[in-house]
Amino acid sequence: MSADVILSGALTGLEGPLLFARREANVALNDAVEVIGREGRGRVGRVSALDEEAMVIEVLESTTGLDLDGTRIRIRQRPLEMALGPGLLGRVFNSVGAPIDGGPALPAERRQRVDGMAINPAARDLPRDFIETTVSTIDLMNSLVRGQKLPLFSCGGLPHDRLATQIAQRARLRDAQAGEFCVVFVGIGVPYDTAENFRYAMEKSGALAHTAMFLNHADEPSTQRLLTPRFALTAAEYLAFVEDRHVLVVMTDMTNYCEALREVSASHGEIPSRKGYPGYMYSDLATIFERAGCIKGLPGTLTQLPILTMPGDDIGHPIPDLTGYITEGQIVLGRELDRKGVYPPVEVLPSLSRLMDAGTGKGYTHPDHPALSNQLFACYARASRARVLASVMGVDGLPETDRRFLEFGDAFEERLVSQQYPRTLEESMALGWELLRALPVSELTRLSGEQLACYIEAPAEAG
Amino acid sequence: MTQAVIQWIGGPVLKARVSEPFQIHEALAVGEQRLLGEVIQLSGDLLTAQVYEDTTGLKPGDPVVGSGLPLSVALGPGILGNIFDGLLRPLSEASGHWFQPGLAAARSGQFRFEPGVGEGDELAGGQVFGQVDGPGPGRACLVPPLLSGRVRSIRPAGTYAEDEPVLEIEDAGGRVHRVAMQHDWPVRRPRPAAERLSADAPMVTGQRILDTLFPVARGGRAALPGGFGTGKTVLQESLAKWCDADVIVYVGCGERGNEMADVLDEFPHLEDPRTGRPLMERTVIIANTSNMPVAAREASIYTAITVAEYFRDQGLHVALMADSTSRWAEALREVSGRLGELPGESGYPAYLASRLADFYERASRVKALNGEEGSVTVIGAVSPPAGDFSEPVTSHTKRYVRSFWALDRGRAQARSYPAIHPLKSYAEDVDTLARWWQLQGNSEWREYRRRLLGLLESQARLERMARIVGKDSLPPEQQLTLLAADLMNEGFLRQSAFSEVDRFCSPKRQTAMLRLMMQFIDLAGEAVAAGTPPAEIAAMPILRTLQRLGEEFGEDDLERQSEVASEIGAAFNALNDHKEAADVG
Ligand SMILES: Nc1ncnc2c1ncn2[C@@H]1O[C@H](COP(=O)(O)OP(=O)(O)O)[C@@H](O)[C@H]1O
Ligand SMILES: [Mg+2]
Repeated sequence: MSADVILSGALTGLEGPLLFARREANVALNDAVEVIGREGRGRVGRVSALDEEAMVIEVLESTTGLDLDGTRIRIRQRPLEMALGPGLLGRVFNSVGAPIDGGPALPAERRQRVDGMAINPAARDLPRDFIETTVSTIDLMNSLVRGQKLPLFSCGGLPHDRLATQIAQRARLRDAQAGEFCVVFVGIGVPYDTAENFRYAMEKSGALAHTAMFLNHADEPSTQRLLTPRFALTAAEYLAFVEDRHVLVVMTDMTNYCEALREVSASHGEIPSRKGYPGYMYSDLATIFERAGCIKGLPGTLTQLPILTMPGDDIGHPIPDLTGYITEGQIVLGRELDRKGVYPPVEVLPSLSRLMDAGTGKGYTHPDHPALSNQLFACYARASRARVLASVMGVDGLPETDRRFLEFGDAFEERLVSQQYPRTLEESMALGWELLRALPVSELTRLSGEQLACYIEAPAEAG
Repeated sequence: MTQAVIQWIGGPVLKARVSEPFQIHEALAVGEQRLLGEVIQLSGDLLTAQVYEDTTGLKPGDPVVGSGLPLSVALGPGILGNIFDGLLRPLSEASGHWFQPGLAAARSGQFRFEPGVGEGDELAGGQVFGQVDGPGPGRACLVPPLLSGRVRSIRPAGTYAEDEPVLEIEDAGGRVHRVAMQHDWPVRRPRPAAERLSADAPMVTGQRILDTLFPVARGGRAALPGGFGTGKTVLQESLAKWCDADVIVYVGCGERGNEMADVLDEFPHLEDPRTGRPLMERTVIIANTSNMPVAAREASIYTAITVAEYFRDQGLHVALMADSTSRWAEALREVSGRLGELPGESGYPAYLASRLADFYERASRVKALNGEEGSVTVIGAVSPPAGDFSEPVTSHTKRYVRSFWALDRGRAQARSYPAIHPLKSYAEDVDTLARWWQLQGNSEWREYRRRLLGLLESQARLERMARIVGKDSLPPEQQLTLLAADLMNEGFLRQSAFSEVDRFCSPKRQTAMLRLMMQFIDLAGEAVAAGTPPAEIAAMPILRTLQRLGEEFGEDDLERQSEVASEIGAAFNALNDHKEAADVG
């Protein structure tokens, strides 16, 4: 490993986050640099383009306070890395992986590139282990499995943080051999109280010792937000694939990340794509979300629960849209349910878990779980259509069957979606069957004859 | 080997100063790690290249070595049953947990070769000179398309490395060429065929909504656009599993790693319904997942279609699934942006449309150079931003495909899969393909299809009306139309990819199901005309049997289905008797 080189007086220009400098040392693409201002403070940066005489350095933190003459550049001659070692859990770090809890630095047993490497698709193991979150709309209808990336699509002011915190506290595997479970909380441009509430909740439930936090606060430079998830995921990969743990990464708020990406792209003078976001936002987000997964032969797993707030409550906005194209489903929270007082306000129809088919049913959860979920989806969709009709012509104008569906829809939201206390999967399933029993049997075409007989027509036998 | 020296580098693009001539599209080895790159522009003594791997660590002064050949892939017997990156480099479990630059190990499988020609034989390009032993399709050894001449020597039967010469051909000019079981072909250049043939038969997909309503011809091209979560990937995978092609080329272009893992996990354990062999034997996976280098994503589509053409040239029917062509277009946009080209619509380069056309044009049914008939059917997923089909990739694609399968968010949300919207989708080869159905013993296919589409169209119209006047105020025939359309949606068009019974539906079973549905609808029409209220039809228990027909009557139950026909008849007789009794009383 080559030694660091320090350049002084090499700067020729400063433009937004970009530094232009003479290439007075042997520098390579993507080398990490530390840009040290007159005041002595170092900022993380990387070499983003270079030719024989000159180089462009992208400063990944605020450039305020830098000038041409007084700025020094320390060149690392290797890409941006994070030093990792035992003792990550229970600690709090900033965007670039430095402890901010007053504790000692981590022992640097190994260094890992913060950009990560793509998991070889042939080495991936399929995520199949059902995680019981105790939330009916998730466990029953949009199941989460270990190694999945399942975001919460929310709107400003909705209780997404509360839901994510509850999942982080309660999530468990159904068979007891849960292995070493831990949580990495990544705050991206979050207010102090969001981070503090999470910390407090984890402390109260005794899980703080199994939690590492990476924080970029709302008042910290937005460019740093591009680094926070990368450092945090590098640590999470270490916990999962070196220390063999089952890691749940909660990242909030990915919208702040994307805003930062847009800002940085604009300052590079790049041609924007939709709504000013860069054309490479899809690939950029993929380098974050694809870091979730299971690897053949390694016992640890990395599960992601990113949270984003949809600008303008619009699921078609580039941020949720591109995210949904990358992640393995989404849990959508809705304002209307929230207004009705339903907690958690999960809109089940636009929600989806793509890995549900792999992790539920016979041999995984319960043989009738998929059919039940399917039937609930179909009926609730029918109830929503009936609601549209009712809003045009009034409830009385509807045929009898449609009226029954309307009632089903309300009961579904009030009893199944809404929940005060944790539910086991069995409890959620029992509730689901019960709701279906209020509908005409002839409408339950997604259930087999045996399922009808067992759960609908002769409910006494229902397990 | 021509040499150049890196002068500037930024991201995946570099400029290098050349001292000897390079060709456009020439493949390059870049830097100490010999990363794979390709020349994309030449100007004066500078070449511009894109690099298909992570360029971290490259710097001015690093060497760039030309290969003298355009970007090519090695086509041979080692392809089938395996997974590769976007440039056809093997990605096995043995390549390690992480995808690393410079990984580029050439594959070197050993195969048992059986010669098929003798010394002195005249051979033309594309002809078969031997066979590779083993199960599965795609075992012919082809003379490279542009080579012809007389066999000077051929190795005896035995086991050889894929790239070891086994044949010597002397061309008309007296030059001797050494030919191995595999040969290189430039990915951006279509492989030649003797003749292009027009569509004659459908590619049977086993999906009712496709085969019955929106078929794709063998050698045809189809697009399936849809927002996220509408079912593009599951449908592509279903087609890869059950369609009646001999070879499947599945390219994951800028999509999820777990989806590739899923195919790798599942296919070896699934049986091809036609051959009884593991599905993996007929499958090639080409993976450039969303977190792998973007430049290679652009190339992966060409790699895939080149591989498909190679099997076509062996006289095989090949289906190419590309998921997703939008990611490929975006890669094109990204590279174009880095080159500073003038952006067009939504930032895509002006040549987007022609690149799409070139790609889909490589779908074909041909007489191959060796006289065999083969085909490449292309099925491209499109991922329009916000599910808006007016965006450039969808709208240009629409111009070049003949089957258009529009996925619908509403249907997907109701878990009514495949979520293909029957009124927004189309197929242009219906007239040609009707003949094929006729040969299968279904001469009513076109008529059924027309009725089914008519029914669905009326449903849309009547539902709009019902929203104003109320469903109960519609005349009985119209209420029945709604009921019939519901039945077709629920009982016929819906087909779960995860149901072991229903994930594949043979043309025979489709025909049988369709007949039962039509029988019911006809009898119901008569009953309503005779005064039976539609509500009584809706309450008939036989309706549930029809709605679950796909689930409950599998391929082995075709016999039992004919009993359903008598049950339908009996149910209506009972209904009429009941009514007559009521009328009398
Ligand atoms: N034909 C189908 N049968 C059953 N489920 C399906 C089908 N198509 C899609 N799905 C469901 O929808 C989810 C999303 O489908 P997918 O193909 O991944 O969407 P896309 O590729 O369009 O984003 C799947 O995980 C599966 O649960
Ligand atoms: Mg997909």
